[in-house]
Amino acid sequence: MRVGDVNGEPSIVEDASRFAAVIYPSHWRRPPLIADVRLRWAISLGVVLYLVVGIGAVEVNWGRLSEGWERGLRFLGGFAQPDFVSRWDDIREGLLESLTMTLTATVVGVMISIPVGIGAARNIATSPVYLACRALIALSRSLQEIIVAILFVAMVGFGPLAGFLTLAFATIGFLAKLLAEDIEDIDAAQVEAIRATGAGWWQVLDYGIRSQVTPRLIGLSLYRLDINFRESAVIGIVGAGGVGATLNTALDRYEYDSAAAILILIIAIVLVTEYVSGWVRARVQ
Amino acid sequence: MLRLESLTKRYRTGDLALSAVSLEIPAGQVVGLIGPSGAGKSTLIRCVNRLVEPTSGRIWLGDLEVTRLGRGGLRRARRRMGMIFQEYALVERLTVMENLLSGRLGYVSFWRSLARRFPPDDIRNAFRLLDRVGLMEHADKRADALSGGQRQRVGIARALAQDPDILLVDEPTASLDPKTSRQIMRLLREVCAEQGLAAIVNIHDVVLAQQFMIRIVGLRAGVVVYDGPPDGLTPEVLTEIYGEEDWTGTGEQTDVDRSAPPGLPDTDELVGAL
Amino acid sequence: MAIRQTPEGPIWRKRTGLASVALWCGWLALVLLFVVAWEAMTRNQIWAFVWDAPEQAADLIDRMVPPRWSYMDQLWAPLWDTINIATLGTLMAILLAVPVAFMAARNTTPSVLFVRPVAIFIIVASRSVNALIWALLLVAILGPGLLAGIIAIALRSIGFIGKLLYEAIEEIDPRQVEAVRATGAGPAQVLDFGIVPQIMPAFAGITLFRWDINIRESTVLGLVGAGGIGLQLKASVDGLAWPQVTLIFIVILATVILSEWVSARVRAALT
Repeated sequence: MRVGDVNGEPSIVEDASRFAAVIYPSHWRRPPLIADVRLRWAISLGVVLYLVVGIGAVEVNWGRLSEGWERGLRFLGGFAQPDFVSRWDDIREGLLESLTMTLTATVVGVMISIPVGIGAARNIATSPVYLACRALIALSRSLQEIIVAILFVAMVGFGPLAGFLTLAFATIGFLAKLLAEDIEDIDAAQVEAIRATGAGWWQVLDYGIRSQVTPRLIGLSLYRLDINFRESAVIGIVGAGGVGATLNTALDRYEYDSAAAILILIIAIVLVTEYVSGWVRARVQ
Repeated sequence: MLRLESLTKRYRTGDLALSAVSLEIPAGQVVGLIGPSGAGKSTLIRCVNRLVEPTSGRIWLGDLEVTRLGRGGLRRARRRMGMIFQEYALVERLTVMENLLSGRLGYVSFWRSLARRFPPDDIRNAFRLLDRVGLMEHADKRADALSGGQRQRVGIARALAQDPDILLVDEPTASLDPKTSRQIMRLLREVCAEQGLAAIVNIHDVVLAQQFMIRIVGLRAGVVVYDGPPDGLTPEVLTEIYGEEDWTGTGEQTDVDRSAPPGLPDTDELVGAL
Repeated sequence: MAIRQTPEGPIWRKRTGLASVALWCGWLALVLLFVVAWEAMTRNQIWAFVWDAPEQAADLIDRMVPPRWSYMDQLWAPLWDTINIATLGTLMAILLAVPVAFMAARNTTPSVLFVRPVAIFIIVASRSVNALIWALLLVAILGPGLLAGIIAIALRSIGFIGKLLYEAIEEIDPRQVEAVRATGAGPAQVLDFGIVPQIMPAFAGITLFRWDINIRESTVLGLVGAGGIGLQLKASVDGLAWPQVTLIFIVILATVILSEWVSARVRAALT
């Protein structure tokens, strides 16, 4: 009987004895990620060179650093004993500004984002509208909040209104883009079915599309509320109101215990909004 | 070779998966483990190398009591037990050769394995096994580039690379088509015969089990209800294992296949050939 | 959904009476909240500034164009610094975030009870504070310069990379890990052969994505003194040198678009 021959069917391997005769390689290397040897070396060399030059460019002032070490410890001490009291009026004012501009900017931003998002969906908008809406979205996305804030402060002056405008503008880029993508991804069959009943453009929008994208729109709006609060803590640095300005002042005055109190409040509010918006999103979707 | 003494496993959920299972498997014997889903087949196999910790009972691998081993001892014992999985369980993003060499992990140091610098003998043996399962030209391919049957062959080769005394095989054909399933079962039988390996093979397909196994153990709700030759699987026995069903077709096919008894190659002769 | 009985016969409504009342109350509360917030926010607003905003804007645009192209000579060095801040900051974040991620993932953490909460806390704290605020703190502590920027970027990125990476680790296929364990491999070997290959694509994608975001963020870190092109931006804004501001905006925009393109290309090549 032939080796490995079970039930008379031919085996995968005819003759096991041939394995004894073959000499197998005793060396194996994993195939490299980049096949071309020269390219591989060039890239490795480039990376090493960059690290040397890049790290070399970082000037470290050791004297300043040892001084900083002491300040860092004082700052950590501030965290251990945050001072909510002595600057409480400033802190309350800053937080109130942050919260109010977060809320108003999100509401207004969402209201503008809905038509812009619909206009930026390729499957329902006409070509000129599509291009205009997409251009607005691209503009809003490529400009960072802080840069927009600088411009708005220059236009309407210091204060939370500039912050409100900044956040509302940033909300459009975020929300309208995701809304447009959602509308482009909807189930075409459902829209088809509504259209087949003889519904007009607005009716199709209401029955075929709104029902499909609303839960996600609510979820995204809440998520943006979250992001807007975080951003509102930052844009105060350039004068657009909010708790960021308070923090900046506290640090300028070396009041680390007040600064720590502000940071703790920011983190706490971020956690609460994140938790609440996560909870609501889970219920809506 | 392998001895289980009243092995019991109760999961934290309270489910009793194995209830006092005692089994003895002599060296070189290939045992098919059949039973309905949830009968405890997978748990039994995973208890043997303690991927699942048994609740009570003992496991002996030769003179070694596996159930009493510490971490290091368990790792050394696992080297002697090659495992083959239902969904192949290859590391998909590693090359075929790396998957094969991973069978040697219990033998080499961490730094050697990290640098992928395995001893020359291990590599030579890995190539031999790769050739044995017919995948020589696929050594540098990534595992996820292979077909199901090819992946299972890599899985077998990985288990063999451990240089084991026993194979623990968990539903090797469940994800394969009938033809590939037969090829894989035959390959398993061949390699067990060539190297004198014992094996426990969990298998869903009764016909396949009858064709390729010399001993069948039937498990139902964690209890051994049958232990004997394949032709003892009468409709009554199958009803005992799986529950009420018309088993007559299964029995007839068994008779046809059994008329040419599975050629069990002479083990000594083969070992000599290797 | 509800059917209401009226003298004219049953009327179908989408919601029951109570549900629609609740919904109305919700909307009403939102509107009220908005009005109250708006009032509070604009209490100290001097509206005269707002009414002439269009003129201000026109005036601003007038002063901003044309950009002062010759200023470019002074921007190359800060631009190089900006890229260094982003890249070195990302590298530093990787070194710190990878262990944190492994400690935070349920299936690799040494202890669900003690180590995991600490790792999760690190991730949450890092994520809730914007890079610019980290920079503000670090400049106060370390003094102005690249180092503060690099550390600020790193501190913010730990949370981002750590969170996405630990989620990727929790999603790996446990059977592949089990198979490696069954060969008798030690814990470090299981990590090397069973887990790392599975998370490599996610890891590469996450870090490149974060690098791209970091380029964007590092362009403005200079506003608080943490080095890079933002320093020039601040100097120009403070000195009302608007043509220079325009040029800096253009450079920032180009850098951001370029880095986005590079990161998208490399990510596509890797997967």
